[in-house]
Amino acid sequence: MAARSLPLPARRVSVAPALTIGFSVTYLSLIVLLPIAALVWHANTWSAGTNPEAISALRLTLFLSVVVALVQAVAGTAVAWTLVRDRFFGQRVVDALIDLPFALPTIVAGLVLLVLYGPRSPVGVHAAFTRWGLFLALLFVTLPFVVRTVQPVLLELDTELEDAAASLGASPLTTFRRIVLPNILPAILSGVAMAFARAIGEFGAVVLIAGNLPLKTEVASVYIVGQIGGGDPGGAAAVSVVLLCISFGVLLGVGALRRWATRHDL
Amino acid sequence: MRYALRFATLGYLFVLLVAPVGLVFYRAFEHGFGTFWDAITSPDAIHALKLTLIITAIAVPANTVFGIVCALAIVRYRFPGAGVMNALVDLPLALSPVVVGLSLLLLYGRGGWLQGHNILFALPSMVLATMFVSLPFVVREVVPVLREIGTEQEQAASTLGASALQTFRRVTWPSIRWAVAYGVVLTTARSLGEFGAVTVVSGSISGRTETLALLVGDRYEQFDATGAYAAAVLLALLAIGTLLVMYRLRPKEETR
Repeated sequence: MAARSLPLPARRVSVAPALTIGFSVTYLSLIVLLPIAALVWHANTWSAGTNPEAISALRLTLFLSVVVALVQAVAGTAVAWTLVRDRFFGQRVVDALIDLPFALPTIVAGLVLLVLYGPRSPVGVHAAFTRWGLFLALLFVTLPFVVRTVQPVLLELDTELEDAAASLGASPLTTFRRIVLPNILPAILSGVAMAFARAIGEFGAVVLIAGNLPLKTEVASVYIVGQIGGGDPGGAAAVSVVLLCISFGVLLGVGALRRWATRHDL
Repeated sequence: MRYALRFATLGYLFVLLVAPVGLVFYRAFEHGFGTFWDAITSPDAIHALKLTLIITAIAVPANTVFGIVCALAIVRYRFPGAGVMNALVDLPLALSPVVVGLSLLLLYGRGGWLQGHNILFALPSMVLATMFVSLPFVVREVVPVLREIGTEQEQAASTLGASALQTFRRVTWPSIRWAVAYGVVLTTARSLGEFGAVTVVSGSISGRTETLALLVGDRYEQFDATGAYAAAVLLALLAIGTLLVMYRLRPKEETR
């Protein structure tokens, strides 16, 4: 691979660029690219395109992910706001807790929700084997995304503009809508996009809650694992390719958003 | 208004996070510490813990070395395909772990391009799956720091006659080490708890290819709820330890 250094004064020919790039490309190809290529190669798109169970699983997954992403857009922004602008006892603990869903293994997340909202629920909520249960599980694992993208932007945001708006008679809601929101919108959107991507593919947190009810609580990831177990990896690969395309789409969208935000200095 | 918002967000966090996690701790210990201890020291639990640690001990160093090198390649050099490489590095963040598992299954399984003995349903594929899903973390932490520090000091070192390796060791490394440490913590957390990708490639053979995370799911489905809670609490404690380390590292990163 032809490589040349950035403006660095080339006093002598260095092998560092070639080694660095060569190692990265090789490692990435072996670990990521090759398996993905094998997946696309083996996908039997036609069979899955006509399978009602696959369509139903994909539709449920998309629906749940959209709802979860929208809820997190509001809830995540509210949490970030509370962490940055509010002052209360135990705030640092709450701040640290936000990362818990990232640190906690997904299967533990699913189990933990079943303990409180499952068959032996001490509060009388039975969300096991229901779409509400799936919704809760996806909310749990996607919680940090919007909070962690909005929080730093909110921290950097100068409150002078807001004070000016307020002194000119704008209500808190108007101030938020006209001053704060335009500034944090790119952050909210990229957090929402990552939460959406996460919800689309989540498996560990939903598998125990979903049970085994095709057409009712079967999301795409559970369907894929079911098909692998049932000896139809081709069908599983077809649905996987759909998920792969969505993931790539989300990443491209986030990248475009980031470039747009940088250009407009947000 | 302010109190209403505070109440609403804290309530949301309590219902979604704190109450469920708290209750699982209670459930794990409700029959006494002895029961908990027996559940996490049974032969299958010990084996699962060992396997989890072995996988982590291979995946984390590999991805750390890759992460540093790849971040350098992305930030410091221009080469054809850099954009594609950047996108591929992020892919594991957005891709379903189940899809990762299936990809490995199709690559190394029967009829695959690289089929071989003892890859699937054994340690190698579990390590490969873990490496795939935990690949982006070090790169993503190091890239912004490298961009921020710029190349001036590195250029100075280089004009003063330092070799590339010396420049890295004496100039670059001291400024990226906290970012690397943070990335390593995230990689470790993900490697210890990976479920979806590993479940597909391992076959979950009890006592052989079962990690701690797989043990939690397996015990729950075998109606051994107490055993599942105990293993889950062990993993949750590891996660909380990770959080504490992350929290320790973050201020250092900000005041750099």
